[in-house]
Amino acid sequence: MRRSNIWLWSAAALAYAFLYIPLLIVVVYSFNDSKLNAEWVGFTLSWYVALFNNQEMLTAARNSLIIAVSASFLATLLGTMAGLAIHRYKLKFLPVLVFTPVAMPEILLGVALLLFFLQVLNLTLGMVSIIIAHTTFCIGFVAIIVRARLQGMDESIFEAARDLGASPWQTFRLITLPLIMPAVVAGALMSFTLSIDDFVITFFTKGVGEPILPIQIYTMIKVAVTPEVNAISTLLMLLTLTLIIIAAKLDSGILRREAK
Amino acid sequence: MIKGDNKANRIAKWLVSGPPLLFLLVFFVAPSLIMLFTSLRFPGEFGGLAPIAAPAGAVHGEYGLTLETYQFFFSDILYAEIFLKSFAVAAASTLICLIMAYPLALLIARSEKRFRNLMVLLVVLPFASNFLIRIYAWMIILGPESVFSHFINAVLGAFGVAPVTLLFSSFAVLVGMVYVHLPFMVLPLYTNLEKHDPALLDAAQDLGANAWQRFWRVTWPLSLPGVFSGSALVFIPVLGMFAVPDILGGTGDILIGNLIKDQFLGTRDWPFGSTLSIMLTLAVLAITGLAAWLARPAAIPEK
Repeated sequence: MRRSNIWLWSAAALAYAFLYIPLLIVVVYSFNDSKLNAEWVGFTLSWYVALFNNQEMLTAARNSLIIAVSASFLATLLGTMAGLAIHRYKLKFLPVLVFTPVAMPEILLGVALLLFFLQVLNLTLGMVSIIIAHTTFCIGFVAIIVRARLQGMDESIFEAARDLGASPWQTFRLITLPLIMPAVVAGALMSFTLSIDDFVITFFTKGVGEPILPIQIYTMIKVAVTPEVNAISTLLMLLTLTLIIIAAKLDSGILRREAK
Repeated sequence: MIKGDNKANRIAKWLVSGPPLLFLLVFFVAPSLIMLFTSLRFPGEFGGLAPIAAPAGAVHGEYGLTLETYQFFFSDILYAEIFLKSFAVAAASTLICLIMAYPLALLIARSEKRFRNLMVLLVVLPFASNFLIRIYAWMIILGPESVFSHFINAVLGAFGVAPVTLLFSSFAVLVGMVYVHLPFMVLPLYTNLEKHDPALLDAAQDLGANAWQRFWRVTWPLSLPGVFSGSALVFIPVLGMFAVPDILGGTGDILIGNLIKDQFLGTRDWPFGSTLSIMLTLAVLAITGLAAWLARPAAIPEK
């Protein structure tokens, strides 16, 4: 038993190293006083200074923030409803609609929405189309988190409320909502990070005008890599990691969201 | 009273399920159907689509619906090759993820309860950082001037092998795919392994099974549902991925996703792009069905 434990620990340590070393390298190089991501030359903050003087990057960050806030608001509203509905009522159709966009390759949703926006809605691609697209795939994540929370709860609380004469609305407002609130907030934070990070679906539903953060990063990586990429990466990591840790503290069900 | 209650409940049901249902019907079901419909149309002269009905005065041209794009897909061996290559990359990524994730998931499942959530969080955290950044990190590591590249080439040089370029290669694509999808494998495996009753292993040990036999005859067969759902969660997104080969791959590393992307943002052949997307959808459905069938509870051997 002991010997197999050592073996397990080393394999797991390797896996953790594999997960963290690449990100650590990005962070370290963001402070490196060299244009190349090769040798360590010395400590500098100049890449961060350059970043904050990059007007297009700032606009992109602002746009992405607007998109993420709007999409996570819509997705939290609709996803909470979906999670409640799937848990409470025996619905056949809704679970399929809610969970399929989460499970299928992102490119398919991107393509389908691109064709739909251009052909049917005649929409000029831009912020609105991106917000709609992000909402579509975030609903599923919120619903999974909310449903996981509901599944762990004692149904008799809701029965008691009903027996005492509470209307469905009263039961929801006074009992259900306060109980699922941690999952709702966790779902909102999750949607926010998913939206601000999303590249594939944004790539298909973006217009030509407004700069968006992931697209800016993609262009920098493809065209001309400068350590400014490392700086923006480090800042984004800081932001999303903080949000995920808060979300995980609020609701442990978030860890099971992929496992369904 | 009862009757009114039922009515209120019915209204509540529709108030709760109606809005998400409506939103997804409009922004998920309808777009998917439009994609299917687009695959049956002719491409326009300058990209996009040809009109369905022939404009007045048109003498020739291609209008209406057609299966031509599907014929085109099956007539050129190139597309079958790209699909096969995508399947091979997806299979390889899945296998590597499984080999890396299994010991980790097993360790977490056998750790003390109070550490488990933290250990799972540590697996999820890198996954929460930007997707492009995680790919970009490997551009640095595999770049020609990196410490890692120098080390590999020094080792290869010692054996008299010519230096290799790691970045922009199929190797880099595989590394990127595994890196981006590893947590998808760890989580379902852990969820499964956590439920195993440790008494089973004790019983096996009492009956004289050694460590390897205990793993191979007890833990592994019981964990198969987790293995299959984890594999599906890695295989499916890898199959449609275009960003990893786009950033880390060389000119030859074109997978289904890149092909689709080019139809929409490069050559602007919407019908063919839609056809490719439909074929990808069919592949995904087949894989999902297979995984669900393999992971069904009855698949676990009783003895």
